[in-house]
Amino acid sequence: MNWISNYVRPKINSLFSRREVPENLWTKCPECGTMLFHRELKDNLNVCTSCDHHMALSPRERFADLFDGGIFTEVAVPEPLADPLHFRDQKRYPDRLKAAQKSTGEYGAMLVAEGEMARTPIVAAAQDFAFMGGSMGMFVGNAIVAAAERAVALRRPLILFSAAGGARMQEGILSLMQMPRTTVAVEMLREARLPYIVVLTHPTTGGVTASYAMLGDIQIAEPNALICFAGPRVIEQTIREKLPEGFQRAEYLLDHGMLDRVTHRKQLRDELIAITRLLLGLPPAVKGELPPPDQPILTAIQSQPAAGPAQ
Amino acid sequence: MNYLEFEKPLAEIEGKAEELRAMGRSNEAMDVGPEALALDRKAATLLTDIYAKLTPWQKCQVARHPDRPHCKDYIEQLFTDYTPLAGDRNFADDHAVMGGMARFHDRPVMVIGHEKGHDTNSRIERNFGMARPEGYRKAIRLMDLADRFNLPVVTLVDTPGAFPGKGAEERGQSEAIARSTQKCLTIGVPLVSVIIGEGGSGGAVAFATANRLAMLEHSIYSVISPEGCASILWKDAEKMREAAEALRLTAQDLRELGVADQVIAEPVGGAHRHRDTVIPAVGEAIAQMLVELAGLDRAALISDRRRKYLAIGSKGLAA
Repeated sequence: MNWISNYVRPKINSLFSRREVPENLWTKCPECGTMLFHRELKDNLNVCTSCDHHMALSPRERFADLFDGGIFTEVAVPEPLADPLHFRDQKRYPDRLKAAQKSTGEYGAMLVAEGEMARTPIVAAAQDFAFMGGSMGMFVGNAIVAAAERAVALRRPLILFSAAGGARMQEGILSLMQMPRTTVAVEMLREARLPYIVVLTHPTTGGVTASYAMLGDIQIAEPNALICFAGPRVIEQTIREKLPEGFQRAEYLLDHGMLDRVTHRKQLRDELIAITRLLLGLPPAVKGELPPPDQPILTAIQSQPAAGPAQ
Repeated sequence: MNYLEFEKPLAEIEGKAEELRAMGRSNEAMDVGPEALALDRKAATLLTDIYAKLTPWQKCQVARHPDRPHCKDYIEQLFTDYTPLAGDRNFADDHAVMGGMARFHDRPVMVIGHEKGHDTNSRIERNFGMARPEGYRKAIRLMDLADRFNLPVVTLVDTPGAFPGKGAEERGQSEAIARSTQKCLTIGVPLVSVIIGEGGSGGAVAFATANRLAMLEHSIYSVISPEGCASILWKDAEKMREAAEALRLTAQDLRELGVADQVIAEPVGGAHRHRDTVIPAVGEAIAQMLVELAGLDRAALISDRRRKYLAIGSKGLAA
């Protein structure tokens, strides 16, 4: 995007981002309806304190919790053509894009970053459901290709957090072509023998599930996440019968052999650390407080001293 | 002959000509020749007019025409020694996907395609060309086999999309499609593909991720059906004409976007009126695409596919 978002610490960056300003101090859990105080919710990683529903996290919130001290460097994503088909439904596509950019403060529906997780160097990519339903268009495709290329260049694992309603219809066939494009990215990682870990979050559906989100070496999902190709409504209309309880939810997929694990958000970071270190042949991570990570680019900007690793 | 809704005026004229001829046959004294001929000529002009300016939505209907030649017809006419192979070795044999070894111009190849069926029974048996996970897994198995024995792979794409069913989801439809696309990208033999009718979404990608992709003139390839897109973006499934227009799903637009490498012309009136010329034309396109790839070794074929897909999206359409 620009130098600020590329090099400045996320905490400073957040001063410029609209999303961080709580418009309302209370959030209603979409699952059980409980009103949750925003600070309490944030401390609980956006998981409902009453029903354990895992609410969406923006990529920046996700990375703040994932990386040591919340410190990461964004990986630049090549900018795609803005509106290749001149698509217009009830609104013009560029207008929809602009509205999404304004409301999220992001350029596109995926954020890619590099950093350390319990001193384990990784590249991470997170999809932003708030940005037009996280839909997979050329930007998301470019982001995944950029993430894979960066991971291969640095010889680091890639951890990807998926969240999407599917393909970005406004980019027509070019959004569909992100299925093979992102598969090429996954192939780059396979060839380089680097771990590719997918964390499926609620919801992950459509063409996203039928490409990079189902091709991980390890497939983890957050509890109760909806994961499917065809959505439950479409299926009910086709077969004209009620679907079983929990159909297409993470636990159901685990039972049907489509996932390795379903992991609560509170244990997720530790699990990702353990898995990456096992696959990379590294010794177990050191538990407890660690000195702040040594990132020359950040000390150069004279930012406040970094906190210890999260948790 | 099944007439499409926009071909109704044509049906009327052709019907009248037929009536006239029937009258002539029953009454030898009456000479209906000139009048019938005039009607024929009128019908031919009308057909040319209609097909000269098909809208994207009309093209969708032509692409889905029940009389359009299907995968089975192409395999029967273009290939010899066709030896169908069945099953995914895990769960079942999916009849929406047919495939096996065959000879194309005497050379052994692997041919795989979606088959929609041609009458009620075969349509039900083929699940209207909508594959379940077993179909993609059968295709993966066949591509693997082709890769090991160095057989070029030819895929014929004609599917409304993946089957939205309970079992298909439980057995990992998305994973099956993703793995099939991955297999397309990683085999070390030439992979050429022709979209002969409908290229519906992920179900099509799983077969059409090829070194070279040809599309019949009135075939389509789209991220979602116009009806589906209309109901999501316009909140009205009846807006499929607008959606078809906006999605830019025609062979001509896809050629311009670099998704399709070539467009195979269909004679006036579409493939369903001219099976005898369209099927050999598809054969020629397949032969030509295979010749183009003949000199490439395994690594070059794989990187050719990668480069192609990474480059897609670098050019848009003219306003």
